[in-house]
Amino acid sequence: MVWKKHDYEDIPGSYVFDGKIAHNAYALNKLFYSFNEESCRDEFNADPAAYCDKFGLTEEQKELVVNQDFLGVLRSGANIYFMAKFAIPRGVSVQDAGAAFQGITGDEFREKLLEKREGLEERLEQEGGYWNG
Amino acid sequence: MAKIIGGITTSHIPAVGNAISDGLTQEHYWKRFFDGYQPVHEWLEEKKPDLIIVVYNDHGLNFFLDKVPTFAIGCADAYQNADEGWGLKPTAPFDGDAEFSWHVAESLINQEFDMCTCQEMLVDHGFVNPMRVLFGDHEVWPIKAIPLAVNTVQHPLPSARRCYKLGQALKVAIESYPEDMKVAIAGTGGMSHQLQGERAGMINVDYDLETIESIINDPDSFADQSTSHIIEQAGTEGIETIMWMVMRGALGEKVTCLHKHYHAPISNTGAGVLLLESDA
Repeated sequence: MVWKKHDYEDIPGSYVFDGKIAHNAYALNKLFYSFNEESCRDEFNADPAAYCDKFGLTEEQKELVVNQDFLGVLRSGANIYFMAKFAIPRGVSVQDAGAAFQGITGDEFREKLLEKREGLEERLEQEGGYWNG
Repeated sequence: MAKIIGGITTSHIPAVGNAISDGLTQEHYWKRFFDGYQPVHEWLEEKKPDLIIVVYNDHGLNFFLDKVPTFAIGCADAYQNADEGWGLKPTAPFDGDAEFSWHVAESLINQEFDMCTCQEMLVDHGFVNPMRVLFGDHEVWPIKAIPLAVNTVQHPLPSARRCYKLGQALKVAIESYPEDMKVAIAGTGGMSHQLQGERAGMINVDYDLETIESIINDPDSFADQSTSHIIEQAGTEGIETIMWMVMRGALGEKVTCLHKHYHAPISNTGAGVLLLESDA
């Protein structure tokens, strides 16, 4: 039994959510998916550790979830869309989660993104044919 | 007979919906992005399509990772938006057209695209935000809408080529429907972005602009790109742009671009708006 290697695994700083990751983090993502239901969110909040046990998380995953270690949760295979159901209601945006991978704050992350705006209109002017306000 | 009157591309990210809900569309951060939709709004007002097919990916509302269809189509009379678990306010439901959907599904399956047919389908922000940005908010939506979901979440994904071919088959399916009906198709998502990993926050403006040109004038060159190549250039979530190829395939070989608009960043993404009509 072996996980086949893929060329996307060589892309730096990127984790492609494939069968290997999805398989190993299935219970974790299933727990987050359950948060679509308000009653499940309430049940989790009442006793997070018990809720993790109910979904069959490993001890390591349980610790990450109970401690709200969002970066750790992502590193252990949570899909970002499912993690969002856990993080956003706790005041951690998807951008904050992305920033954590680089050890910067969400505000610093957003500043870096805004740099993409610089010179954009001029660039599109050169390309030609773009609506430009 | 039903006729495809045009194709549109649009972002579908949650931040777009939030900006609409919070009345921020004319704030500095958002103004240039939203203003770029004006020509599309005018076109929709003038052409008045009867139905729009929204090609999008579900983000864990309707489909969990236990069963992930590569391609799924709504075959219901109505589609509900619902709680995604993090505070988005559900919109009014969308009217579908079950007879049309079942015809399209049957035609696609006969053309060897083995669609997952969904008689119940919750539509998430990936579907809802394109509708809101194109049509505004409504208690009763002014157009019938069909969700067509592409798996861009759990790999292996369909290739860009496969999405393009699905679009070509979709054209045959739509144009063989006996009722007179004007159909528009929206390819949603993208453009370059990556949400997690040390490379999170990357936006590749050069690649996005190349992609826009390819999709308009040379879709085969985008279709030739592998999933790994697109991810390398556009980010792990930037792969969503393959969904534009479904729209593009449905328009036929040559198109006229009536409008193109690019903006970056909106939230984590580069955002492209295209309005295309078929030359055929």
